[in-house]
Amino acid sequence: MNNVKEPLFHISKRGELPWYKGWLVRGCAVLLALIACAAVTMLVTGENPISIYATIWSGSFGSPRRAWVLFQNIAILLCVSLAVTPAFRMRFWNIGGEGQMLVGGLATAACMICLRDVLPNWGVILCMIVASIIAGAVWGGIPAFFKARWGTNETLFTLMMNYIATQLVAFFIIVWEVPKGAGKIGIINQQSEIGWLPVIGGQKYLLNILVVGAICLAMYVYLNFSKHGYEIAVVGESERTARYVGIKVDRVIVRTMLLSGGLCGVAGMLLVGGTDHTLTTTITAGRGFTAVMVSWLAKFNPIWMVLTSFLIVFLQRGAGEISTSFGLDQSFSDILTGIILFFIIGSEFFINYKINFRHAPKKEA
Amino acid sequence: MFDFVSFIPRAVMQGIPLLLGSTGETLTEKSGNLNLGIPGTMYVGAISGVIGGFLYESSLPSPEAMNPFLAILIPTLSCLLGAFLMGLLYCFLTVTLRANQNVTGLALTTFGVGFGNFFGGSLIKLAGSDMPYLALSATSNCFRRHLSLGDTTGWFGKVFLSYGWLAYAAVIIALVAGYVLRRTRVGLHLRAVGENPATADSAGINVGRYKYVATCVGSMVAGLGGLYYVMDYASGIWSNNAFGDRGWLSIALVIFTIWRPNVGVIASVLFGGLYILHMYIPSGMNLAIKEIYKMLPYVVTIIVLIITSMRNKRESQPPASLGTPYFREER
Repeated sequence: MNNVKEPLFHISKRGELPWYKGWLVRGCAVLLALIACAAVTMLVTGENPISIYATIWSGSFGSPRRAWVLFQNIAILLCVSLAVTPAFRMRFWNIGGEGQMLVGGLATAACMICLRDVLPNWGVILCMIVASIIAGAVWGGIPAFFKARWGTNETLFTLMMNYIATQLVAFFIIVWEVPKGAGKIGIINQQSEIGWLPVIGGQKYLLNILVVGAICLAMYVYLNFSKHGYEIAVVGESERTARYVGIKVDRVIVRTMLLSGGLCGVAGMLLVGGTDHTLTTTITAGRGFTAVMVSWLAKFNPIWMVLTSFLIVFLQRGAGEISTSFGLDQSFSDILTGIILFFIIGSEFFINYKINFRHAPKKEA
Repeated sequence: MFDFVSFIPRAVMQGIPLLLGSTGETLTEKSGNLNLGIPGTMYVGAISGVIGGFLYESSLPSPEAMNPFLAILIPTLSCLLGAFLMGLLYCFLTVTLRANQNVTGLALTTFGVGFGNFFGGSLIKLAGSDMPYLALSATSNCFRRHLSLGDTTGWFGKVFLSYGWLAYAAVIIALVAGYVLRRTRVGLHLRAVGENPATADSAGINVGRYKYVATCVGSMVAGLGGLYYVMDYASGIWSNNAFGDRGWLSIALVIFTIWRPNVGVIASVLFGGLYILHMYIPSGMNLAIKEIYKMLPYVVTIIVLIITSMRNKRESQPPASLGTPYFREER
């Protein structure tokens, strides 16, 4: 049997890789991705790579305003990513962040429109917060209930819930449209600014950023140092073990998804009440889906998520700036985002697995 | 009186892209790959076909010089190639590199939709048209050509014979896929890979190859759905984002048909009907209510999803290993 050929290489699972090596691999992937993006952009525009990178940079930090917009976008994306994380930790694939955000935004807009003549400003804001959390929690809780009770596939369920939310928003946009027949709501309460979240420190976006920062810390503590967080981890690792040690699995699933959906609702509230002050069917801009990637890239760790959401938003805005300044279609940024994601997704392989090459054949005496 | 003779052909034309998309996704899912990149793949298939058709049309001195055979062949082949590459990319990431399927699929959709809109937008600029769309009417006419019998046989012709060749191809592909999955050895192996790859592997089935082939073929079939939409349904007119959320709807259709492509033939027409029902229900001036009707396909899908999970019949469950990467040395 000596002539059986050993394959050129075989793949084996790595043990725990030190965290800095993991991030080294990811750093390399981002670097490679940037090179690939520059190459693609060069092919399309014929610009030299230096000016391409300069454009990416200026897209995010070109002016104080742009930097604020960058941080605002990071905050919202981070909020959704944090929201979906507890669900992911128990292997519940909640890709319905989009819909949960939308209904949160819808509840916010409903409070702003229907309660503006009834309650004082602080009352409206209070109602907005409560209503958006409840709306998001309901939207996340429905799939969770069926998952816990009958094991209904949550990926597809939450996905469908996104579109139902979109249509619901479309319905209310027509109900509330200003002026009639315009097909859009416009800025809500432009004169009275009722239900607009307060501006602190003279910066429109600061409040959102602070709120999300607090949520981020709270989520870190919740997941790592609370009993709930531990139960989530056990359910994620093995449902049978969880049941064996006396954790009520269905209750954990529903509870975690209520939290997850509620937080997505908060993200929608921050978006509608804090920055946009309007409601459209595309207000979430795919963040519910991007959040899946942000959360996964950070290995479901809330602190690392700050970094990954920064990375994604930075690159997205850079890519957007490229398309504007070189006169390309705006969708070019989607292509670049896709390329970057492919590289990062691919790099995870080198973190989790090891390639063992065939040893040089030993000469037999 | 509800106008069935005009309703059914429109429902069918809505349904065909969904049928192709869901047939492709069913093949993919049967191998254990949950390809959420199908919406992106359909976009890429559509735009690749449009690029092929555009290049062929603009290489001709006049539209009369068009060879109908080439006019169909070139867009179809370029569509298949584009969709194939998307499938290959998905497989490389999820099968070879064992990446998370949900994340990969979503990234693929982002990329594919961006790819479609970018090249669509660029072609529109290139064609120098003032409108925000690109029209390939001559190519589309070749795709839409149907039997002359369809015009002379009254309602029967309208309902059954009035479609372009891709519609019939879609039905045949779905029936063949259903037959292969249920009645052949290849199908049995493929299902084994999707249910329990470790068992399949130990029985000597090449798991990686089955996953690759099934996913790539599935992507190509789904890509044809995009091509049908542009060339036939939209009369060769590409405008950005017009394809909409049909890709997600075809993933919904996979669940609705409980992973049976031959059921999809009827179900896709039903879905297509639900998709356009809001145009046929008299709602007067109340436009808002139409938006509620547009929810129907998704609501129906959820109900089917719940019922199948409640009845918990073994035949109507998703493939057991759906969504999980296979690594031989994992215990």
